[in-house]
Amino acid sequence: MRSSRRQMLLATVLGWGAALLLFFPIFWMVLTSFKSEIAAIATPPQFLFAPTLESYAEVQERADYLHFALNSVLISVGGTLLALAFAIPAAYAMAFHPTARTRSTLLWMLSTKMLPPVGVLVPIYLLFRSLGILDTRSGLVVIYALMNLPIVVWMLFTFFKEVPGEILEAGRMDGARTGSEFWHLLLPLSVPGIASTALLSLILCWNEAFWSLNLTTSEAAPLTTFIASFSSPQGLFFAKLSAASTIAVAPILVFGWLSQRQLVRGLTFGAVK
Amino acid sequence: MRPRHRLAAVLAAFVAACWPGSQALAQATVTIATVNNGDMVVMQRLSSRFEQQNPDVKLRWVVLEENVLRQRLTTDISTKAGQFDILTIGNYEVPIWAKQGWLAPFDNLPASYDVNDILAPVRTGISHQDKLYALPFYAESAMTYYRTDLLQKAGITMPAEPTYAQIRDIAAKITDKSSQTYGLCLRGKPGWGENMAFVTPLATAFGGQWFDAQWKPQLDTPAWRNAVTWYSTGLREYGPPGATSNGFNENLALFAGGRCGIWIDASVAAGLLYDTKQSQVADKVGFAPMPTGEFTGGPTWLWSWNLAIPATSKQQEAARKFVLWATSKDYIRLVAQENGWVAVPPGTRQSTYDSPDYQKVAPFASFVQKAIMSANPSAQTRNPRPYTGAQFVAIPEFQGLGTQVGQTIASTLTGTPVEQALRTAQSATERTMRQAGYPK
Repeated sequence: MRSSRRQMLLATVLGWGAALLLFFPIFWMVLTSFKSEIAAIATPPQFLFAPTLESYAEVQERADYLHFALNSVLISVGGTLLALAFAIPAAYAMAFHPTARTRSTLLWMLSTKMLPPVGVLVPIYLLFRSLGILDTRSGLVVIYALMNLPIVVWMLFTFFKEVPGEILEAGRMDGARTGSEFWHLLLPLSVPGIASTALLSLILCWNEAFWSLNLTTSEAAPLTTFIASFSSPQGLFFAKLSAASTIAVAPILVFGWLSQRQLVRGLTFGAVK
Repeated sequence: MRPRHRLAAVLAAFVAACWPGSQALAQATVTIATVNNGDMVVMQRLSSRFEQQNPDVKLRWVVLEENVLRQRLTTDISTKAGQFDILTIGNYEVPIWAKQGWLAPFDNLPASYDVNDILAPVRTGISHQDKLYALPFYAESAMTYYRTDLLQKAGITMPAEPTYAQIRDIAAKITDKSSQTYGLCLRGKPGWGENMAFVTPLATAFGGQWFDAQWKPQLDTPAWRNAVTWYSTGLREYGPPGATSNGFNENLALFAGGRCGIWIDASVAAGLLYDTKQSQVADKVGFAPMPTGEFTGGPTWLWSWNLAIPATSKQQEAARKFVLWATSKDYIRLVAQENGWVAVPPGTRQSTYDSPDYQKVAPFASFVQKAIMSANPSAQTRNPRPYTGAQFVAIPEFQGLGTQVGQTIASTLTGTPVEQALRTAQSATERTMRQAGYPK
């Protein structure tokens, strides 16, 4: 009894410790955003200081936050929807109608994530230039969808594998065609999985910086570009950068907080049978 | 509406929102890519005046961190994608890009622009075959900053023209690690524009150079060995901990926060260190020229940020109008009116240094001007060299090369012996130069 309580206490302490460790950089960023530039670089670091909103005011004055935020929302949602549109049929086919090469196809898809993006920057840039989609939201939607496709397919494949094939078979026995089997049986059964995949894809899209920095200038630039514009080679900028980062991550943090139950449920879906 | 139709309508609206909209064609939209630092932010803020004076021109700003900007612009200009109409580039890129035919020349400048007012070394640095391919927004050389109170306390006076040996002696006397006061702060972060911007003129002062007249790398020579030994032992013994992560900004933060006794870096820091809003030691900053070594009169340090127009820009005329405005004497006067003379972009025009108002608020003004005028980017090193550039080598390969050697030299701060690091740097440089086909 006593030892199980001790284990519980240890687990709680470890859990809180890990959570605080992960949360500390975000906490420090928020704290720094309310400091003056001099206080932001003070050594030893200051926990107590006179808070100021001057960094937020300057960030707001120098850049149109709403324009960048709207781009982030449209591009992340668009990229996620496009990736799901391709990944759901692909994962369905691979989970329920596998062939001898399904496993290796899946592994190959995942291996494309190992290629450093900078390796294909120039070809992609030239393609975008020729198609006239540099600095467009549609261009980024396509690249984000392609970027996340392997992970989305893998996750959906894993979730679909958890759905008992017998249920689909029973549906087929009752005369369901592929379309209605898909819409009326598989999708309702894997909603938690699809939702958590979509959430993860949204977060990955929201935080993506390499392609958004390289393929946009101003029209389609999302919040990652907005943050990058406050890093400076000469001059103090930590407070302003923290303010820009805080308002850039705030929406996705709130979104993650609200949907955490769905996210955790989806990620542990099928973990225990 | 049936659910499926509703879904289709939402999707259609979403696709429409993602698709590029048609733009009004009446105005010429000029996209300006620039780096995020104080002077450029002021330019962005004041640009509304330009738009008021030129209602037919609309400006769009893309502000990025220096390394991101460089990568972004290089990709864009080398693929001729034409996403930008005005580029903010350094005097390293201008001649190289001009030679490639990527930039539009600035011919027939109006007399009112007074091109001869631009300081000669700055003008030369952004010319190719006697033609200007960019106009300078601000320029800098390097200086020695020191804490007058710490030197006074130690009973030392900074020589009017210090040598590197003297700097090390002073640093030794004012270092007090127990109170986190470090005698010597220098760039340690690896990169061609980071630690190598300091190490290259340091090596020159010790009699070294990157290549001999036949383009053979000279990094394993005694001159480089002495220079890097000075750098490495100086930073390890008197520098702040973790010096390999310190670039300009980190050292600025350390000095402004009262942690550095001596800092040798870009002259643009002077304005920031004297600004009480940004510096806790504004009333205790002294300055001296960049130290000298056994070889004097060689190239030291000259950097300028310039506005250039890519040859692919479709808005050449409007872009040129803006570049002339932003680099003019009138613009400098406008900044002085709005933000005070101390905030004007320095280093470009003689008229700025002739202004009594500027001299009054910037006690470092004549120092900076003298440093720029004597930076000598085209001068010879102790032995003849086949390239130009003060704190860089003006060849396209230097970006990669400088960063690679910078990493090797940074490793001496964490324990790699200097001899070994320079041998590695020498063989890597020989390999790169051979692959690049030198001598050309």
